Amino acid sequence: MTDAIAAVGRRALEVLRILGHHATFFLDILRACPAALRRPYLVVAQVHAIGNLSLVIILASGLAVGFVLALQMYYALVTYGAAESLGLIVNLSLTRELGPVVTALLYAGRAGTSLTAEIGLMKAGEQLAAMDMMAVDPRSRVLAPRFLAGIVSMPILAILFSSIGILGAYVVAVLLIGVDAGNFWSIMQSGVDVRRDIGNGIVKSIVFGFICTFIALYQGYEAEATPEGVAHGTTRTVVISSLGVLMMDFVLTALMFSTP
Amino acid sequence: MAELAATVTVPSPSDLLVEIDHVVFGYDARRTILNDVSMTFGRGKVTAILGGSGCGKTTLLRLIGGVYPTNSGTVRVFGEAVDAHDDEQLFALRRRLGMLFQFGALFTDLSVFDNVAFPLREHTDLEEAMVRDIVLMKLNAVGLRGAAGLRISDLSGGMARRVALARAIALDPELLMYDEPFAGLDPISMSIAANLIRTLNDTTGATSILVSHDVDECFSICDYAYLMSSAGVVVAHGTPKQLAASEDPEVRQFIRGEPDGPVRFHYPARPLAEDFGVGA
Repeated sequence: MTDAIAAVGRRALEVLRILGHHATFFLDILRACPAALRRPYLVVAQVHAIGNLSLVIILASGLAVGFVLALQMYYALVTYGAAESLGLIVNLSLTRELGPVVTALLYAGRAGTSLTAEIGLMKAGEQLAAMDMMAVDPRSRVLAPRFLAGIVSMPILAILFSSIGILGAYVVAVLLIGVDAGNFWSIMQSGVDVRRDIGNGIVKSIVFGFICTFIALYQGYEAEATPEGVAHGTTRTVVISSLGVLMMDFVLTALMFSTP
Repeated sequence: MAELAATVTVPSPSDLLVEIDHVVFGYDARRTILNDVSMTFGRGKVTAILGGSGCGKTTLLRLIGGVYPTNSGTVRVFGEAVDAHDDEQLFALRRRLGMLFQFGALFTDLSVFDNVAFPLREHTDLEEAMVRDIVLMKLNAVGLRGAAGLRISDLSGGMARRVALARAIALDPELLMYDEPFAGLDPISMSIAANLIRTLNDTTGATSILVSHDVDECFSICDYAYLMSSAGVVVAHGTPKQLAASEDPEVRQFIRGEPDGPVRFHYPARPLAEDFGVGA
């Protein structure tokens, strides 16, 4: 019995230690952000790198999701004679949920793993140590620009995902199925609230950008400096980011859309 | 510790750039890496720290750079205790150091030119034309001016080490630290690296600390050497000539590369008969 209690205590202490470590790492990055902002070209270069890494997969996935969403919604709505509302439902689904969430999941798999591997390999190759010995703080030179770039990139990618998804839905619904184009756009325009729907979607994607990039950087920076360590780090990035995004999505949705 | 240094003139404190005084250090409480280590490094000299893998040589360089605090004892660099420095003071100290890492630690996303320019761009406000001139001068000093436009992946191991050396001297540091500069190099590259270390030390007036297990190359260029054992203690120190003439069994084993002696070939293990289930 006492052994079981001791084991629980040890586990609790370990969890607290890990949480404390994350918090310290986060504060370190936050403290390094002003230095990174003083050299915006570092952040812009990372936005470009992260955006380029993820753009093709985001656009292709957005288009595919738009296609499928239009088809599924049409099959469901046509039964009730409400096919004209298809544009509105696709838009709300994409801007409120699918855009931010799917973009974040794709980002974690594409850019997040890349960030983890890059930082992990920099650590394994002693590049971070070399920087430190050159009196260059790797947190402000390497981590903070990537962290800020991730937060900036995610909403841009989510907006592109939702936009291309809506275009995909237009192609399927209007051009292929024959839903009236005027209704498709006008019902969408009248039913979508810019602040509540699009604005909250963007806020979600900023939060997801924060979560995914922070986890990717942490896993890379704390990865064991071996091939196995980097491999485990990239795996953990995908798993923890995905779970974090999905759980935070529930919390944010409850907070943002609880009132009609 | 072998008394090889008895005949060497003890330098005055002003001649010492780095002093390590009774330092004890371990990465965790379970294992002590450095055990009461004391060393001094004379200004303008090339001093080698020799020892087998895992004896704490690289750790010593990191303590000098203030990467880790000591468990006890003092590391003084430029006359100031490193442990007493805050982050800002540590970075100010490191701007006066140059370190060559074992495998170069070059930034693989930057070209050769940009790697050497990195410390200049980070720490100075020099015009790009001036940065270019300095970078080409440093690359010329290591014989790689023509390789300025190459990617890091295009370099051989020896070339990468020389580019890293050019980067380490970019800001004309007062103290240069070399972590295993000869490891994995072919004989020609090794000889080039050794000559470069000595030449750069003499022409720039810097002080060099050289960590290596390559006895011949170290002895050919260093003024003084320390020999460390796997227990993290200094077993002998003196000029290369004194160490080469030493009759101390551990010094002789290391310098002559004998497979067995005071440093055992076998890792501590249970008796052979017990492991193989033979005998009584």
